Amino acid sequence: MGILRSLLSLRLASLLVLLMAIAAPAFSQTEEDPGQALLANLADASPRQMDAAIEAIVNSGDPRARSWLDAFGNNRLSRNKDTGQVVVVLRNVGRDWTIADPLTGENLGEISRRELDRVNINNAIRGKLEGVLAMLDLYSTNPEIQRTAAEAMMGKVNETVIEPLNNLLAQDLPARVRDRLELAVAIYQLEQGDAQAKADAITTLTGSLHSRARAALNNAVAGDDPAIAASAKAALISIEQKLKMNRAAETLYFGLSLGSVLVLAAIGLAITFGVMGVINMAHGELIMLGAYTTWGMQQLLPGQPGLALILSIPAGFMVAALAGIAIERSVIQYLKGRPLETLLATFGISLILQQLVRTVISPLNRSVTTPEWMSGSLVINDALSLTLNRLYVIGFALVVFAGLMLIMRRTRLGLEVRAVTQNRAMARSMGIKATRVDIMTFALGSGVAGLAGVALSQITNVGPNLGQNYIIDSFMVVVFGGVGNLWGTLVAGLTLGTINQILEPWAGAVLAKIMVLVMIILFIQKRPRGLFPQKGRAAEG
Amino acid sequence: MSIKKHVKLGLSALALSVSFHAMAAEDPIKVGILHSLSGTMAISETALKDTMEMLIEKQNEQGGVNGRMLEAVVVDPASNWPLFAEKARELLEKEKVDVIFGNWTSVSRKSVLPVVEELNGLLFYPVQYEGEESSENVFYTGAAPNQQAIPAVNYLKDELGVERWVLAGTDYVYPRTTNKILETYLKDMGVAEADIMINYTPFGHSDWQSIVSDIKAFGSAGKKTAVVSTINGDANVPFYRELGNQGISSSDIPVVAFSVGEQELSGIDTGPLVGHLAAWNYFMSVDNDANYDFIDAWVEFKGDDKAVTNDPMEAHYIGFNMYVEAVKKAGTTDVEAIKEAIIGVAVPNLTGGIATMMPNHHITKPVLIGEIQDNGQFSVVWETSSTVAGDAWSDFLPGSRDLIADWRAPMKCGNFNVKTGSCGASAGEQALADAE
Repeated sequence: MGILRSLLSLRLASLLVLLMAIAAPAFSQTEEDPGQALLANLADASPRQMDAAIEAIVNSGDPRARSWLDAFGNNRLSRNKDTGQVVVVLRNVGRDWTIADPLTGENLGEISRRELDRVNINNAIRGKLEGVLAMLDLYSTNPEIQRTAAEAMMGKVNETVIEPLNNLLAQDLPARVRDRLELAVAIYQLEQGDAQAKADAITTLTGSLHSRARAALNNAVAGDDPAIAASAKAALISIEQKLKMNRAAETLYFGLSLGSVLVLAAIGLAITFGVMGVINMAHGELIMLGAYTTWGMQQLLPGQPGLALILSIPAGFMVAALAGIAIERSVIQYLKGRPLETLLATFGISLILQQLVRTVISPLNRSVTTPEWMSGSLVINDALSLTLNRLYVIGFALVVFAGLMLIMRRTRLGLEVRAVTQNRAMARSMGIKATRVDIMTFALGSGVAGLAGVALSQITNVGPNLGQNYIIDSFMVVVFGGVGNLWGTLVAGLTLGTINQILEPWAGAVLAKIMVLVMIILFIQKRPRGLFPQKGRAAEG
Repeated sequence: MSIKKHVKLGLSALALSVSFHAMAAEDPIKVGILHSLSGTMAISETALKDTMEMLIEKQNEQGGVNGRMLEAVVVDPASNWPLFAEKARELLEKEKVDVIFGNWTSVSRKSVLPVVEELNGLLFYPVQYEGEESSENVFYTGAAPNQQAIPAVNYLKDELGVERWVLAGTDYVYPRTTNKILETYLKDMGVAEADIMINYTPFGHSDWQSIVSDIKAFGSAGKKTAVVSTINGDANVPFYRELGNQGISSSDIPVVAFSVGEQELSGIDTGPLVGHLAAWNYFMSVDNDANYDFIDAWVEFKGDDKAVTNDPMEAHYIGFNMYVEAVKKAGTTDVEAIKEAIIGVAVPNLTGGIATMMPNHHITKPVLIGEIQDNGQFSVVWETSSTVAGDAWSDFLPGSRDLIADWRAPMKCGNFNVKTGSCGASAGEQALADAE
């Protein structure tokens, strides 16, 4: 009960934290602040004494306890080597670190990191600390914090918290929190309880898709009690059935997500290569430029990664489109109708662009921050959650595709592009400026590659090699889908993505890739013009 | 096209120090630097080239070695494996360098091996590798598997209670050999076949969805699970991102990586990675004055406040100091004399210990386990009580169990079979045979 009381008092106390921060320090200079001893105790604790030191801080009921433990969990507690004072590190980058007094919150200015000795924390302690903090948060009046805390309690229940948890369960709780806590308690009971508690726990856990629940049941199957093992086994089998559906849905999602990345990377190429017939080996580097634009934008707008990302969409398009125009004007226009030379020249450009980025920016990858609203996942159920960044990319790919279709089908530019690619001489004699159309088309394709780069910056690393990783895949998708057909690119990208993800768990990543390539080779043998071949006279050109 | 430059760093020091004038007038000691400055490996190797230039500059400020200045000869093998061999030949034959510091990947080292053996050069190789090699002309200042992989697995097993293992790696020689060693080691310790999952991915793999999902499923079998990652280079960023997005935290399934250092982390938002592990012989965060001095010098040399140091840089620091000590000891830069003098040479490392060159051309190193922090640094959570000597031939591979390397007279052999009592082909001949 001791810990419960202190937890409750902490809850009340946490409400007072704000007041405390404003008010003068509670302890006069002459009186020894008990926090000092608590922190020194934590800093001195050997790994074995850590539990007791953390418990002492929780039990003290000190309103600042939460902030101390947070700082400890985040690796921010350090000891001044000279004075022995425990301090909180506010900024730990560079040679001089900003520190503050954990007792008063007073900023103590900068200190050389040589003077600081970190209070050690490792995974095991952090895991326990997360449990302790989650237990505190369960009493929060903020339903969001309470829910997260209940989530974190899974697998963290031990004999010290079981009683307060049961008391909490006797109270009125939001359904989601109650559900989680019941599961968490059941997992503990299945591991530690008596025979009856174990049987009850299995009933609770039956049907749960949570991985911790499965882990506990798996352990019970391997346990000594044959009756418990048998019912745990039955529970597992029923769970396994449900999981199958979820796994299938997950694979489909993975496939669509990989497919949408492929579509994004390839759709620009579908225009420059597919429609114009230019083999542009620098396509990958145009993607890279888009990704670097995102990085640059985030550097310009520090602290606002979301806004920077949204602004990067037009900016990435423009940067890549301008680079595309430069490439078209300086090289490609002189190589019209000479595919081999175009291939070699653009390959050279791709190497130049890569090395340019390496020399001017850095050979190292750049860190692009994922905005808050794009990280984490959309939880459907315990076994199925859709990662948000990829969900956005799927949506973005579809929007870009729809936009391109509109441009090609409904605008003057689209009409002219189609006219020029079908019959250049005829189009020119009808008064269409073929050279202008060439520039615009190439700019459009390049700009779309830039858009792909903006999206990819949220999935993979932004570095000089980014483009290389996508160029082969892009050509693969365009050829498979049928050169000159945007729908083909969409279908081909999604198909290849899904096939790859279906094969991968079964054959391994390396073999899956090889199998997809072999499949495409065989397919092209049968249908040289891809999934959706162009028909009619246009196809002959 | 290669970028080649001759850096005469000695000149400034020469002007300053009149007393050394007479001796410094001798020919400089030529130090070849064979690291890719362009292509895919430039991401890792550029910093090593800079480290060497800094070390040479510092040494020259102190008057060089034996009164002779040092001169860096930089070539760019452009991440192209055959070009490594050509550039090594150019360094040794045309530039007549006294020693080469270079290479990152094992395949590039294997490509250079026949050349340095044929032309009797000296090569210091600074990166952790899969072992199974000891050449008369190569000094391995990075970690062998027993100085990184095995201690890391011991830490996971003993301190974190891990019973189920995912061995995930990029599909090439280093991860494959390391995982083979680890698999045998784990099985020797009684881990069941079903508790080991091995997964290989291609270079630069960027779509980790289904693999991370597999790892998640593998980890829900009830036993504590950990991932031992030999995933190389760029593929790590999307891998860690996917882990974070699928909600796998370090307290659920910790990942211990052998190829992720400070430099790799500088390209990632490390928030979601806090608590994942890496095993190295050096971390930038090591609390030691020698280390702080090195970092300060590096930051000053780079002119970048955010410049980071990493394990292979420390390896070059050790290797360079060992070479300098050997030259002092031998009183000459003659290759045969250095080979003899350097065995047993001991220099301080940056973590507060001493590195000694062993007769098998590997060095003694402490093994550190660090946890990723939110500032892109590692905090050391565990280290070996003393240094560990590098083992050229693993005890956990059937073919290499009976082999030992000892380059002292009278044995002078890199792969002496203690059962048959015979010495096998040299590492360079082996590399040539494998290539065919």
